[in-house]
Amino acid sequence: SGLGMFSTIICGFLSPLVVKRLPEHVQVDDPAVVKRLAKKLERQQIPLRSDYGYKVSLFSHLHQYSRKAPLTQLLSIPSTVIHPSIVRLGLQYSQGIVAGSNARSVALLHAFKQVIRDYTTPPNEELSRDLVNKLKPYISFLNQCRPLSASMGNAIKYIKKEISNIPSQCKEEEAKTKLLKCIDRYIEEKIVLAAKAISKYAIEKISDGDVILVYGCSSLVNHILCEAFEKSRKFRVIVVDSRPRLEGREALRRLVQRGISCTYVLISALSYILPEVSKVFLGAHALLANGYVMSRVGTSQIALVARTFNVPVLVCCETYKFCERVQTDSFVSNELDDPDDLMVTRKGKTQLENWQDVSSLGLLNLVYDVTPPDFVDLVITDLGMIPCTSVPVVLRVKNLDQ
Amino acid sequence: MELQAVLMAAGGGSRMMDLTYNTPKPLLPVGNKPLIWYPLNLLERVGFEEVIVITTKEVQKMISTDPKVKLDVKMKLDLVCIQEDADMGTADALRHIQQKVKTDVLVVSCDLITDAALHEVVDLFRAHNATLSMLMSKAHEFTETVPGQKGKKKTGEQRDFVGVDGTGKRLLFMANEADLDEGVVIRKSIMRKHPRMHIKTGLVDAHLYCLKKSVVDFLADNKSISSIRGELVPYLVRKQFSKSTNSPKVIDETHQNLKKNDSNVNLEIQISSRDEELLHLTQERSCWNDHRGDMSDAYHGGRLRCYVHIMDEGICYRVNTLAAYIEANRLAPKLFDEPAVHPSAVVSERCLIGADSIIGASCQISDKTSIKRSTIGVSTTVREKVKVTNSIIMHGVTIEEGCNIQGSVICSNAVIGRGADIKYCLVGSAQRIEPDGEHTTMSKACSA
Repeated sequence: SGLGMFSTIICGFLSPLVVKRLPEHVQVDDPAVVKRLAKKLERQQIPLRSDYGYKVSLFSHLHQYSRKAPLTQLLSIPSTVIHPSIVRLGLQYSQGIVAGSNARSVALLHAFKQVIRDYTTPPNEELSRDLVNKLKPYISFLNQCRPLSASMGNAIKYIKKEISNIPSQCKEEEAKTKLLKCIDRYIEEKIVLAAKAISKYAIEKISDGDVILVYGCSSLVNHILCEAFEKSRKFRVIVVDSRPRLEGREALRRLVQRGISCTYVLISALSYILPEVSKVFLGAHALLANGYVMSRVGTSQIALVARTFNVPVLVCCETYKFCERVQTDSFVSNELDDPDDLMVTRKGKTQLENWQDVSSLGLLNLVYDVTPPDFVDLVITDLGMIPCTSVPVVLRVKNLDQ
Repeated sequence: MELQAVLMAAGGGSRMMDLTYNTPKPLLPVGNKPLIWYPLNLLERVGFEEVIVITTKEVQKMISTDPKVKLDVKMKLDLVCIQEDADMGTADALRHIQQKVKTDVLVVSCDLITDAALHEVVDLFRAHNATLSMLMSKAHEFTETVPGQKGKKKTGEQRDFVGVDGTGKRLLFMANEADLDEGVVIRKSIMRKHPRMHIKTGLVDAHLYCLKKSVVDFLADNKSISSIRGELVPYLVRKQFSKSTNSPKVIDETHQNLKKNDSNVNLEIQISSRDEELLHLTQERSCWNDHRGDMSDAYHGGRLRCYVHIMDEGICYRVNTLAAYIEANRLAPKLFDEPAVHPSAVVSERCLIGADSIIGASCQISDKTSIKRSTIGVSTTVREKVKVTNSIIMHGVTIEEGCNIQGSVICSNAVIGRGADIKYCLVGSAQRIEPDGEHTTMSKACSA
């Protein structure tokens, strides 16, 4: 498999060199791993979602699901094993109703709040241990609906830590209130206030007369641009979009609704409009420990072409999306979306309708790609404006805090 | 708990009085199982563990005493009886059990026979946080001749106009022909939000609804609504686009009015949820929209949403007319795996039983009989040289020698005298057909 050539080395900067096991979701072509996963899901009473369609060989180590086969068709109605708000969340993830790193994290924390509210400690059990165990099957379920994002992973780590730190003599009601407050505080600090802080720094970088290029729909970048417009900066925006998601349309709508003048192009026209652009603002899904930026597929192309035209590239990312993983390419760990999304129906005809029958044809719908730090000029975080290579420092500082 | 199932089994079967004057509709045999078994089986298969069954005292008595009525379900049934003559609509019945309703409800009608994938309906309800989610199916032409009716009866039923958006899932418009005096009237506000609407007329409403708990509470305060299908559903569909549901002021009023016990409590106030802020934050940050082309947020900011799942293929019948009853009997065997001939039936060696016939328990089928495309009920006796084709014979019937029964429905405990020739007839409960009688296309039922 492709894994032999592109293996990831995960080392902890703080702890002694520990080679961790590869995560299961990137070893789908290894039958032993798949069997282990199936056994684990069976133990947790979560149904196994089966892969769909032909997978391009370089990506055969990743899951590929079909949106038309949701996990809920294997669950009972009403769902008893999994809390209803988690089922709802899983459905919203797999159908794309909740999309975008921040939205997914907020929705996840909201669902966890419902779970904690409805939770009662069984007799002879401790809340700090039992609640964490209750959350594990929910997380497996959500992972099957759509692979977890780095921000969600960090949020889950935080919650698990908070739950484990509940002292055993704490009464249940008190513990629950404390946890709910923690979640609210996390959202307030890491997402809402972080966005405010990042806007403040970013607005310093926006001058009057700027032509700003954005890609896709990043909630943070949209927020920055709207704030800058409120603060009476004069600029115009070029929204670059790509198929099949066409998220740029939503970004376009939000910016135009505020009154910002926008241009809309597809990514194939990138090199034609770049001579006009003065700055590029990009959002990120995660920032990896070696300074690489993981974002929507197409971002690395934008950064590459911008570098060629000597246009500064600024990445905006909250610190809670910083991740201790290291990746140098987009193959090892990625997400494969539903290949049927690539089919287009025009005038009643769908050319790729029977793509599965053509043996030499494979459809690939990648979701993420990684951008090397050489193409990124600045990362704007809530801790300040840092170069890409300073990410491990931030991680070290964060870990020391905790 | 996520959903509570409510089965409406108090309806009278007013469109097939010939069959139901003696047997209540929920207990009519279809494929030798009581009609109520089919929705109960559907609920059990998808995973429900308990069901609230709203029915009449008569049905409850028959379920508990009559050995022929075996419900055969493992779920816990909570039977709620209402007076037969109370003339309660389905919404009235839901209001009656308001105290038992602790969470969102799935309302099913007892006359629904379907193999639909329920998760499609419930997923719409879950994913979009909908107030109403329902099931509909493309109507199929009934091919069988209906006994007791001369010629093809023109469907006196009024058409339903159902308007859906481009995805085919969001319900935009619902009206019955009876309510439309001059034509289909669609408000401009709806057209502004959804410029493309597909209006369908050939759909069967399966009468399966997922409703939010707040709707049940709303019904308790609005006693004027008496039927779910006729009044509540069109009201909810219209309310999606009413100005008051979409104004931002509502959110503030919500917090003030939650404690008030207004008799005029609005639905919008009740559909707010806790953590409204977080939901708003999620929607703000998510790059998804259910429509494009205008400047509005997802769902146009509306908080009341109605969805429908329209089945293209598969079985979906509402057994509320005689034609539907016969069609259902034809298709019922496909829905369960039991052997066509019940093991306790005594079937003689020299009779011809077609592959698509069902023979019920404790039957006695004598020599030289031929049974094709028919259903024979429990404890029925069929004597020699009888030919039964395309017919439905209910329980406890005696068919004497030499009869020829074609395309007919013979109700329980009837006796068909020897040598009778019956074509396309409906013989009511406990009626007798005299020997050597010849009857074509008539309905012999006792007038109550």
